[in-house]
Amino acid sequence: MLLALALAQPTARNADLTVGAGGRFSTITAALAAAKPGDRVLVRAGTYREPTIVVRTERLTLEGEGWPVLDGQGAREVLVIAADDVTVRGIVARNTGVSNLEDRAGIRARSVRNCVIEGNRLRDNLWGIYLQQSADCIVRDNDIEAHGVRQTESGNGIHLWYSPGARVERNHVRGQRDGIYFEFSPHGVTRDNVSERSQRYGLHFMFSDSCRYEHNIFRDNTSGVAVMYSRGVVITANRFERSWGSAAYGLLLKDIMGGEISNNTFDRNSTGLFVEGSSRLDVRGNVFSQNGWAAKVLADADENRFSGNQFTGNAFDVTTNSRSANSTFDGNWWDEYAGYDLNRDGVGDTAFHPVRLFALVVEEHPAALLLLRSPLVSILDAAERVLPVLTPEALVDRHPLMRPPR
Amino acid sequence: MITLDTIRKRFGALEVLQDVSLAVRPGAVTALVGPNGSGKTTLIKIVLGLTRADHGALHVDGKLADDAGAYRRAIGYMPQAAHFPVNLRVGDVLDLVSQLRPGERIDDDLARAFAMDEVKDKLVGTLSGGTRQKVNAVIAFMFRPSLLILDEPTAGLDPLSSNVLKEKIRAVRGEGRSVLVTSHIMAELESLADDVAFLCDGRLRFSGSVAELLGHTGGSSLEDAIASLMRTERSVRRSVGELPGPVVAPPWFAPQPKGAI
Amino acid sequence: MNVVSLVLQAGLRDLSRNRWIVAYTLCFLGIAEGLFWFGGTGPQVLLSLLNLVLLVLPLVALVFGTIHVYASREFVELLLAQPVPRRQLFTGLYLGLALPLAGAFVLGAGIPFAVHAREGASLGGVVALLCAGVGLSLAFAAIATWIALRTDDRLKGIGLALGAWLAATVVYDGLVLGAAAAFGNYPLERPLLALMLANPVDVARVLVLTQLDVSALMGYTGALFERTFGTVLGTGVAAAALIIWCAVPLGLAERRFTRRDF
Repeated sequence: MLLALALAQPTARNADLTVGAGGRFSTITAALAAAKPGDRVLVRAGTYREPTIVVRTERLTLEGEGWPVLDGQGAREVLVIAADDVTVRGIVARNTGVSNLEDRAGIRARSVRNCVIEGNRLRDNLWGIYLQQSADCIVRDNDIEAHGVRQTESGNGIHLWYSPGARVERNHVRGQRDGIYFEFSPHGVTRDNVSERSQRYGLHFMFSDSCRYEHNIFRDNTSGVAVMYSRGVVITANRFERSWGSAAYGLLLKDIMGGEISNNTFDRNSTGLFVEGSSRLDVRGNVFSQNGWAAKVLADADENRFSGNQFTGNAFDVTTNSRSANSTFDGNWWDEYAGYDLNRDGVGDTAFHPVRLFALVVEEHPAALLLLRSPLVSILDAAERVLPVLTPEALVDRHPLMRPPR
Repeated sequence: MITLDTIRKRFGALEVLQDVSLAVRPGAVTALVGPNGSGKTTLIKIVLGLTRADHGALHVDGKLADDAGAYRRAIGYMPQAAHFPVNLRVGDVLDLVSQLRPGERIDDDLARAFAMDEVKDKLVGTLSGGTRQKVNAVIAFMFRPSLLILDEPTAGLDPLSSNVLKEKIRAVRGEGRSVLVTSHIMAELESLADDVAFLCDGRLRFSGSVAELLGHTGGSSLEDAIASLMRTERSVRRSVGELPGPVVAPPWFAPQPKGAI
Repeated sequence: MNVVSLVLQAGLRDLSRNRWIVAYTLCFLGIAEGLFWFGGTGPQVLLSLLNLVLLVLPLVALVFGTIHVYASREFVELLLAQPVPRRQLFTGLYLGLALPLAGAFVLGAGIPFAVHAREGASLGGVVALLCAGVGLSLAFAAIATWIALRTDDRLKGIGLALGAWLAATVVYDGLVLGAAAAFGNYPLERPLLALMLANPVDVARVLVLTQLDVSALMGYTGALFERTFGTVLGTGVAAAALIIWCAVPLGLAERRFTRRDF
């Protein structure tokens, strides 16, 4: 059997050490103790209740066959990677239990390089996958689910702390506190993940410069997605859906310097995009549909440029908190634009003021929101659009598109 | 047979009917006459149950009339002006009324005499005033009620149709049923009425047979007799100061050309 | 057959041939279809129609309703002279007015959405809009009937109807907005929600909002909104309030009809 495997993979490792049914080892801990760098530890189906399993051998592969379950029995961390170039795949790590004293994780990488954590299942752990001061790791194709009831009893699904150069791909995270969390972890790439029903943020990152986020889906997260205190961030082709609540944002940007927010879809969020204290952002080609507030851009955000975006079916397209807002809107498509295009160049001949008077009223008197879509409000808004008195003069799209882009 | 017993009705400060007691005989046509505003319409509406009396009792065929309105089975009503929904066909209107009164014996003499078959597919809105009045009459005579209430029945009818209607009224009387009719045309009433009830300012001033009325007033025709009654009324009122100044004759009092119907 | 259905059938037959009702149907059909034609997506058409529904439906129901009740006066007297109970007659007459109004709207606005079912309007939104329109038609037909039965002076009655329309569609919301601004320092969600339920036009609007704009309503800071609009409770409350708004004026009108002198 071992021989067959070795033959089937001629370039394979030095040796396979098998745990469980028909194998030489009955515990993973014992197999790991016997393994040499480059070996593979193959874990057969079964449930393994061992003290926290620690991988200390470089270039080792820990691989499950038939979804072996590594059970923390509600009392401890399940698996720790403590050597470089380690791969973990195909295992089920579960049930770390809740602790107020330590951050227990299903799988933790601790101060290593080049780890690969792929195709695992994580169930009911306080933290899911935790990269701690570990560089250039890959976390992909993992399925992470937790059923914590309260934020305080739940940790994050994929948590990166001082872990630069990570690639987080094709993971599916459900029900953790934050689905994906980056802190002090620059140059990461996060793509094709689905993060949903998080108790707080679907994606939460801070102090992580030059990261890319693309083709991810964030939906039904209690507070949406928060991106803070970073530079050179690229967020493209993601979907931000159904973040409902007064403090819920499809995407919250706070103190982001320079970056690209492009081709994303913001659909049915209480607030689609919230921009605070951020500058030189290029917001283009996004679709804002059926949000309460499509884009809230606070006055302390400047030199941000919105172009080629599509605004449709939102209660409010753009709001701000001051008449002196200085972000620019140019060449977007607004479903509420009622202008004409006599020279047929695809650009409306009259400017569009995306900030409705009623938006300012609601800003001042939130309960007035109940009058949304009242005929009276439509009359007030129309009057203000003809003769803007209260809405910011600078917030105007002088080249509104006649047709949606794309 | 209907009997009204001390009927009173006031609209606000205006006393429209004051203690009106009246019996309408079976097998007789009773003419209800009086100047405009004398309370004729209100009296008819009270009999129909459209308006409620403040006081008094109404018996129809010996039964006390009540709110449930079943007593109206005994009544056929022809209002003064016929207004039916303009987008209904004549047939729809006739069907509606006949279905609202299921189980009553149908009398289709008038429907045949007025050739309703020819107009039953026409929309009401396209009918002439005369044709609408015919439909109105057909509805009133559709069943065999013991009392017919006819408000200005011949208004708008051509002489031929008017004659047909009067013949029908006489036939109904001949069957022993009662007819209560109002009209401004005294000559017409004279040719129909057996009894007269004269109403003025909400009071019943005379009630009895035409012959009695003529004897009482010494007039030679119903018109003369009524005019004489009104003259008496006016002089009484003037003497008690109710109606100061010169009196303008009400329009209905304008002399009718002899023989006009 | 009973009196209600006989009178109702006559009313339906009459108004289905009424040129105003036919024009009203075609008007909605044309506008909704036109919005789709000129590139409107389902949600956009829904929002445009919402404005129309909130303004035009009460106006048509009130003005057409009062005029219709006045115009039927003599016919109603003829029917009242027949041996039928007033209450049943009233029900038939009211339904004969309200159902054609509601039906005209449902046909005119509903058909385009059925034809363009694939253009992205949420089913919940369309159903909410149609229900709101039907509710408004029934409620304001009842209010119109009540006004016409109370006021014998036709000019005054139509004036009252127009006044009711202005009050319900624009003035009321203006006062609410003013109140929200004047008492901005107080917790307002509860009283404001109550005020919304006290006007049928606002009830209809909130009913549609609970389907179209949950994301916005949930953006308000306040547990009451979250509890109300985060679940089906909001839709349920609005629908119930709309039914009450049909029932109360209808009850008043019926009371008036059964008791008044004609």
